[in-house]
Amino acid sequence: MTLLRLSGIERTFDNGLQALAGLSLDVAEGAFVSLVGPSGCGKSTALRIVAGLIAPTAGTVAWPHDRPELGFVFQEPTLMPWSDVLTNVRLPLDLQVVARREANARAETALGRVGLGGFARSYPRELSGGMKMRVSIARALAAQPKLLLMDEPFAALDEFTRQALNDDLLKLWAEDGLTVIFVTHSVFESTYLSSRVVVMTPRPGRVAAEIDLPSPRGRHADYRLSGEFAENARQVSGALRSTMEPRA
Amino acid sequence: MKSLRLLLPLALGIAVLATWEFLVRHFEVPKFVLPAPSLIATDLVREFPKLMAATWTTLRIVLIAFALAITSGIALAVLFSQSRLVEFALYPYAVILQVTPVVAIAPLIVLWSGYEHIDRALLILAWIVAFFPVLSNTTLGLKSADHNLIELFRLYAASRWQILTRLQLPTALPYLLNAMKISGGLSLIGVIVAEFAAGTGSDTGLGWIIIESGNRLHTETMFAALVILAALGVVIFFALTALEWLLLHRWHESAVRQQA
Repeated sequence: MTLLRLSGIERTFDNGLQALAGLSLDVAEGAFVSLVGPSGCGKSTALRIVAGLIAPTAGTVAWPHDRPELGFVFQEPTLMPWSDVLTNVRLPLDLQVVARREANARAETALGRVGLGGFARSYPRELSGGMKMRVSIARALAAQPKLLLMDEPFAALDEFTRQALNDDLLKLWAEDGLTVIFVTHSVFESTYLSSRVVVMTPRPGRVAAEIDLPSPRGRHADYRLSGEFAENARQVSGALRSTMEPRA
Repeated sequence: MKSLRLLLPLALGIAVLATWEFLVRHFEVPKFVLPAPSLIATDLVREFPKLMAATWTTLRIVLIAFALAITSGIALAVLFSQSRLVEFALYPYAVILQVTPVVAIAPLIVLWSGYEHIDRALLILAWIVAFFPVLSNTTLGLKSADHNLIELFRLYAASRWQILTRLQLPTALPYLLNAMKISGGLSLIGVIVAEFAAGTGSDTGLGWIIIESGNRLHTETMFAALVILAALGVVIFFALTALEWLLLHRWHESAVRQQA
């Protein structure tokens, strides 16, 4: 079932910079889709257009069924430093004026699910980079989204933290039946996480290749060492390289 | 280290006072030129009721002017953040009010308020001096909200009120508190400058005490009033620093102690 259909999306900024030129993409419900591409290829712009934060210059964003509840995770944790962790996670619920008692319960549940159950009263500055990113994910989950948009969320983290968060993210995705659109510039991360990798061209961005991969449901960390993983990564990497070659 | 930071300036102060006392006595400096510290202290005690009454007169106006500066500064900054048009229209005049020397405006304000209501003139003049830092800093603070957080608020369909109260005002708080430290001192300066500019009338504040004592060559009383003024300024500064620590120490970078 198609959750989201992007057709011919173009976006030109006020300064004349064209970020997207005819991006078309179908996202199936329950898919884990990664957008991979070189820096500046309009991946983040595409994500913001899906979120409705910026409007496309041309093209349409269609939701064949209803527009689902969205969650957004930025590259930075983007927490409110003056609020403790619980209040940060509760933000989407507070903005929707959910009753405090229920909002607290849902925020605590979300915190527990990202493994930060004991940190409700901590302040962001007291947490490590990985923990802050977990808070950011918990905040997105608190609103119980159907579609989770993630903009290079783990790019600033060290390798071990990133792998741990990759595995936890897959678990949350499987448990909630989420649909995820995940922007990254890492071939390995996209190969590990996705049921489908969308390779984009350099700016102005559009789809260069779509690669369907075996479902990451129930994926185990050992997969990173398997020949299958290496083969899939080679495929993604090859597609990415072929988009670059005419310019290189 | 900590005790040294307290003891060192204290020791220096005592040394300076002792030298001062010695030099004045040794060279028999006339007391209307430079009174000895002991004489100033004696005068401070003898004139205490009069000085305290004057202190209260001045302090009352300082506090009211300061409160007015904070509330009007925040209110206008919020207005600016909500409407670029209002900001474009009013900001130049706020700057003009700020850059025109208050001493030069003072005679006009005194004239308008009348000598029988000199405290009104003092209030207005102190407000003019103290108001701009609050406006300027709070405006900057309200505009400094994290861009991604604004997007997140918009994603969850936050109202302008929610963005203002939950995002912009907390972001502006450290800016506001810093402005208050500046404006607290400026309110005091503003009142004293205004008292000097008024020069006479129904005013009986510390500024007036200094003028009057100067006219009578009661230099020791001038010093006594100065001591109180300095103490007042320091108290205001520390009170505001304490308030800043109270509100920021849990979360703001400026209040976080460096981890070695």
